[in-house]
Amino acid sequence: MLHVGSLEKVRLNINGHNRWVTIKASERLIDVLRNRLGYTGCKPGCLNGDCGACTVLVDGVPMKSCMMLAPQVVGKAITTIEGLEGTDVQKAFIEHNAFQCGYCTPGFIMNIEGLLAKHRHADEAIIEDWLQSNICRCTSYQEMKAAIQDVLHKRDQNHEELE
Amino acid sequence: MAMEYYRPTTIKEALQLYQQLSYAGKNPAYMSGGTEIVTLSRFHLFQAASLIDLTHIPETRVHDVDGNHLVLGASLTLNEISEKNGFPLLAVTASRVADHTTRNHITLGGNISGKIIYKEAILPLLVSDSLLLIASFEGLKTVPIHAVFHKEPHLSPGEWVVQVLTEKNAVDRPFFSVKKRKIDVIDYPLLTLTAIKVDGKLRVAISGLCDFPFRSVAMEQVLNDPSRPVSARIIEALKVIPGDVRNDWIASAEYRRFVLQTTLEEMYAALGGM
Repeated sequence: MLHVGSLEKVRLNINGHNRWVTIKASERLIDVLRNRLGYTGCKPGCLNGDCGACTVLVDGVPMKSCMMLAPQVVGKAITTIEGLEGTDVQKAFIEHNAFQCGYCTPGFIMNIEGLLAKHRHADEAIIEDWLQSNICRCTSYQEMKAAIQDVLHKRDQNHEELE
Repeated sequence: MAMEYYRPTTIKEALQLYQQLSYAGKNPAYMSGGTEIVTLSRFHLFQAASLIDLTHIPETRVHDVDGNHLVLGASLTLNEISEKNGFPLLAVTASRVADHTTRNHITLGGNISGKIIYKEAILPLLVSDSLLLIASFEGLKTVPIHAVFHKEPHLSPGEWVVQVLTEKNAVDRPFFSVKKRKIDVIDYPLLTLTAIKVDGKLRVAISGLCDFPFRSVAMEQVLNDPSRPVSARIIEALKVIPGDVRNDWIASAEYRRFVLQTTLEEMYAALGGM
């Protein structure tokens, strides 16, 4: 049985690396990632589970790191925006200018990475449902949807060529 | 306040922990997805010296048919329930709670056992007469949901919901499920209403209208009264709402009653009984 005391050193798997860190059992994941480990890509926005700016992947599933306690992710694989490098989604965001101020972008990208890993052929309704988890005050939603469609289209093309 | 976190892997271990931590004065609380604990803690509305995370206990992760029942583990997330779609009414109702990412956190057990008033996942269970498998110090017990849930779950200290069991013939009935919000797609409900028809009789459960979710015998009697036209049944049903209608920043009580009236009309149109 796992036990995390009020102040305890734990091992977290982040972006494929094991990181030892001392946490309070009551600390939220976002605070541990940003303040104790320096992963500042997960952004504090509302800190209330509404805006999605702090989204990370936990075992490949998008989760809002402001809504989780850090001990909940011990033994799980965490992926932050720092763990991505030149993914199709990131490239498509640049090609489609799918951001303005960029503050919400890491959260959106992590959510979309989770979406495209689960749904190889996501339709409009699925994309809409998933994107409603994040808020962009610059309203770049159409450009983001275009970026997602582009990634899906290119994947389909590559798949056909391989066949 | 200093807090400790425990992650048991068996039902017995969780119960023993609760008992030990209680005796030690460590004010234990069970947790599942944790969203409500984090939310309420921000406002100093939740306090516990120790948390017992139930999500790694295999029985709480079950999604299976056992004999005549669909068995849903309490740690299944709302998205998992919607994706597996073993209980379509629950799948649809759950898919409208919060937003998609947050539904990766929120669990069935957490939603129905929490403090936040909406508890929309309870509605399909109320109209389907589901059973709850409850872990207690005396052992596991299976009880009708109506024996435990009245406005909120009434569990003794240390007890927790392990699974929800619903008869197979109940999960496939034609249903009506709607969540009415004021403006936005993601918001708390003006009201959420679910209904099914069993042996020609409507069963209705509602959340968001009062300070608690409910299925009302008095309302159902009126709604199923064949001696009155539907419009009269609806007017009568509004008179037997089992509590004060919420009057808050989302909507006035008068507006909520109007929304209920139109929603009941939609329900009759969808399920018949006109």
